[in-house]
Amino acid sequence: MTSTAVAQAPPRPATRGRRRRNWRGWIFVAPFLVVFALTFLAPIGYAIGLSLFRDQAFFGGTTFVGFDNYALVLADSKFWQSFLRVLVFLAVQVPIMLLLALVAALAIDSARLHAAGFFRIVIFLPYAVPGVVAALMWGFIYGDNFGLVADLNHLLGQDVVKPLSGNWMLASIGNIVTWEFVGYNMLIFYSALKVIPNELFEAAAIDGAGTFRTILSIKLPALRGSVVIATIFSIIGSFQLFNEPNILHSVVPNVVTTDYTPNMYAYYLSFGGQQYNYSATVAIVMGVLTAVIAYVVQLRGSRKGM
Amino acid sequence: MTSISPLRPRKSRVLTTVMALYLIYTLLPLAWLLINMTKTQSALFSTPGLSFGGPFALFDNIGETFTYDNGIFFRWLGNTLLYVVAGAGGATILATAAGYGLAKYRFPGRRAVFAVVLGAIAIPGTALAVPTFLLFSKLGLTNTPLAIIIPSLISPFGLYLIWVYAGDAIPDELLEAARIDGAGEIRIFFTVTLRLLVPGIVTVTLFAVVSTWNNYFLPLIMLSEPKWYPLTVGLNQWNAQAAGAGARPIFHLVITGSVLTIVPLIVAFLLMQRFWQSGLSAGSVKQ
Repeated sequence: MTSTAVAQAPPRPATRGRRRRNWRGWIFVAPFLVVFALTFLAPIGYAIGLSLFRDQAFFGGTTFVGFDNYALVLADSKFWQSFLRVLVFLAVQVPIMLLLALVAALAIDSARLHAAGFFRIVIFLPYAVPGVVAALMWGFIYGDNFGLVADLNHLLGQDVVKPLSGNWMLASIGNIVTWEFVGYNMLIFYSALKVIPNELFEAAAIDGAGTFRTILSIKLPALRGSVVIATIFSIIGSFQLFNEPNILHSVVPNVVTTDYTPNMYAYYLSFGGQQYNYSATVAIVMGVLTAVIAYVVQLRGSRKGM
Repeated sequence: MTSISPLRPRKSRVLTTVMALYLIYTLLPLAWLLINMTKTQSALFSTPGLSFGGPFALFDNIGETFTYDNGIFFRWLGNTLLYVVAGAGGATILATAAGYGLAKYRFPGRRAVFAVVLGAIAIPGTALAVPTFLLFSKLGLTNTPLAIIIPSLISPFGLYLIWVYAGDAIPDELLEAARIDGAGEIRIFFTVTLRLLVPGIVTVTLFAVVSTWNNYFLPLIMLSEPKWYPLTVGLNQWNAQAAGAGARPIFHLVITGSVLTIVPLIVAFLLMQRFWQSGLSAGSVKQ
């Protein structure tokens, strides 16, 4: 199969013709790395440094506390609650979103759809809508005042649909995220489908394979790499969840609390509570958990035989 | 079994209908936004969401959006453009050069660069935001445009895409030929490489533009004065002023401003779809 995994390393440069091993390549890579060091490596280092200290409330200054902050985070029920919340979100929303994207990509690629090009571009459109605008827009639609939900409940005669209530909120956020990102993932899958060599389909047709057989035996295996990479991106996105809940926080502050997601927790610790050291620790713990889970998914994804 | 060739199957009405339902889901919120863009603040509350109602206030709303609070929306639009041009433009340049360098040169430390950059993709960008803020505030960069532009300059995804793309699009023989002709590496980059990378570069640019244009978290924490806000942070501030004591709801302006924020990106995507779609599929060719 040509397209095994997007997640793997890009191909090494062809070694055709012996290439001299020298430093010239650095001319092109160095500028990126300098900025990269300033915006990625330095903050990580600084955060690790911060996480080892604690503010002295009364005396000013900071003291070295070793791994005390980490122990506090690991025992912090607010942190674990928010972590569990994004975990539930991830377990439900990501499969739904990726399945919708997969079906859409297969449908658009199937040549059985009228106006396939139109579908492709329109389904992708929400990706171009800023997350903030998407959240504001859905927030309006969810609202009791002049939203569509208000119209719907009016039609039904009672308040049946309550997207802004505590029980509904996670699903409501999931809906916003799904709306935003199905098209993006669809495009990733669709691009992978486009590069399947045509001979495979011809061979399958000669063997008498129907549409579904072709999907099962040719298209899905070819998509595995893209599914792994889309899953990893979605996991990272879920753990980072901030924009949508934070916008809804200003709509319903009592439902979407300041510790609704780990990221919101870290943000409000810093900017509401000035607890920079603790906030940095939360960020690092979240980063490590995310990286570990993303890594495990990638390992499993590239090993599992289909 | 009917004998339909899987290579040229008949169009299916059922499939089209099912997909059309999804299309409605996609378009409904946008339709709601466009319809309500034409309403006055009071008509928003008194008329059903999916029908026009009240006086037709589209042009008044657009005018008021741009003039409200001494034209702050215009300022936000300018800020967003600045962040996009400098941030996304810079990100594209850095990613293009580095991706090309990694794809076409073997140099000491190349593997280390690969490991570090790939590792960085796995780290949640927003987890970095708070430490970046603290670091930048030490450097005195917070509440300046640089605080938004510098972090926007790095696009690991863009680097990856160019890296893969350059591996295919630039034949080694061509580079060797240019070298034999006596061209230096920088000159080769500008005269040979850039031209061959155009579809990849357009794709990276477009995605960098989207992520900078849509950036919310970073400016939210970095900026304390509205005069530096981009559109996203500004719009949410307008929305938030409806709550709390001394509330001054301006939902009609939030809605109109939202549409005005979306339109440029959608136009860009529609105009350039030929480029970015070919760039994306090229990115997944050689895996």
